[in-house]
Amino acid sequence: MNIDFDFMAVLSQWPLLAIGVAWTVGLTVISSLIGVSLGVAFAWARASGPVGLRWVVGTYVELIRNTPFIVQLFFIFFGLPAMGVKLSPELASVIAMVVNLSAYATEIIRAGVEATPRGQIEAAESLAFNRVQIYTRVVLPPALKKVWPALVSQIIIVMLGSAVCGQISTQELSYAANLIQGRNFRAFEAFIIATAIYLLLSIGVRKLLNWAGPKFLFGR
Amino acid sequence: MIEFSIWDIFRNLLLAGRWTVALSLTAFIGGGIVGLLLLIGRLWSTRAAPGAQKVARATSAALDGYILLFQGTPLLMQLFLAYFGLALFGINVPAWVAAAVALTLYTSAYLAEIWRGCVDAIPKGQWEAAQSLALNFGEQLRQIVLPQAVRIAVPPTVGFLVQVVKGTALASVIGFIELTKAGTMITNATFKPFLVYSCVALMYFALCFPVSLYARRLERKLRNGR
Repeated sequence: MNIDFDFMAVLSQWPLLAIGVAWTVGLTVISSLIGVSLGVAFAWARASGPVGLRWVVGTYVELIRNTPFIVQLFFIFFGLPAMGVKLSPELASVIAMVVNLSAYATEIIRAGVEATPRGQIEAAESLAFNRVQIYTRVVLPPALKKVWPALVSQIIIVMLGSAVCGQISTQELSYAANLIQGRNFRAFEAFIIATAIYLLLSIGVRKLLNWAGPKFLFGR
Repeated sequence: MIEFSIWDIFRNLLLAGRWTVALSLTAFIGGGIVGLLLLIGRLWSTRAAPGAQKVARATSAALDGYILLFQGTPLLMQLFLAYFGLALFGINVPAWVAAAVALTLYTSAYLAEIWRGCVDAIPKGQWEAAQSLALNFGEQLRQIVLPQAVRIAVPPTVGFLVQVVKGTALASVIGFIELTKAGTMITNATFKPFLVYSCVALMYFALCFPVSLYARRLERKLRNGR
């Protein structure tokens, strides 16, 4: 048996791959920023919000965490238009990723928030901090520091999950790979290269976030 | 033209759901076996005799690479590679074989890491005590360390089963007809995407939520037990 690989046939289409990488990174950046911010808000709601809100957020988190991302994406892209909400593939992808990440981030951040010693909150109260100040200045920084590795892993999982967004014709990396293999029938080579790029991306993103977290979010 | 009633939709999805369950179990059991082998390789490589240091280091590096590869790339790409990669060898693989292979390898990488954490949580003194009783590596593992590690390993392992079930949804992309694929096909026949995908999501939820709850209960029991 003789299998010959032709990686150049794929690499020569590098502009497509570059666009794919740009979309993958862009989708990840936008949805991480919004998703983690929502996670912070939801974590507050779930840990110390009113009872009704706690229940709503709890249900949301469980619903999202116990269904596959691809079904959430299809529901948003194919299901919602039937209800009159029409979305572009890119917007649907961002929404699905935000929804997915925010649910996981809520649980991760809540674990950190709930580990705050009672005395620290009381100390902040005695210094006349209001509730928002207590949460953002006293509770959140050490909580984020504690759960940062888990949060970084989750962001990477969402980035890798975004490969599915190609299925609704968002032009991210896996879509580019599919497009290339549709042109030259070099399916295996195209997916090997896309996979290698994803691997480099996830290593790079982990390095970057492990550096950026302590520096900008909960530093000193 | 066949009319689909809601019951028809539900019934067809349930029938397809059996394949989701079957694929999940295959991947989970297969992944468990491969994961255990990876774990043993890992443990051996950190405790190998001085004479075997070179082999141990190579094993350890290979395992690191394996886990990095499967945890650092999308499951979707792994599925595509299994599907098109196996076909390269002239074997015409059915979608479910490719899906089972990819999901098994994916699961094994995660389970090996989860279990390694559990074994690392066993105090070093246990290994040393076993060694001082002249037990060899296999005996240390089988009679002293694993029985203790299994106790802490059960809750996260059950929790990971949820990830496996959700992972099987991606097999729809390479054409394996499980719950998600059936949902897509029924949508194309009925033009009721909202209803159909709601049902699909609910079925995944019905599959996964009890497992999540069970994992959480096990975890709480373990924490209170000591």
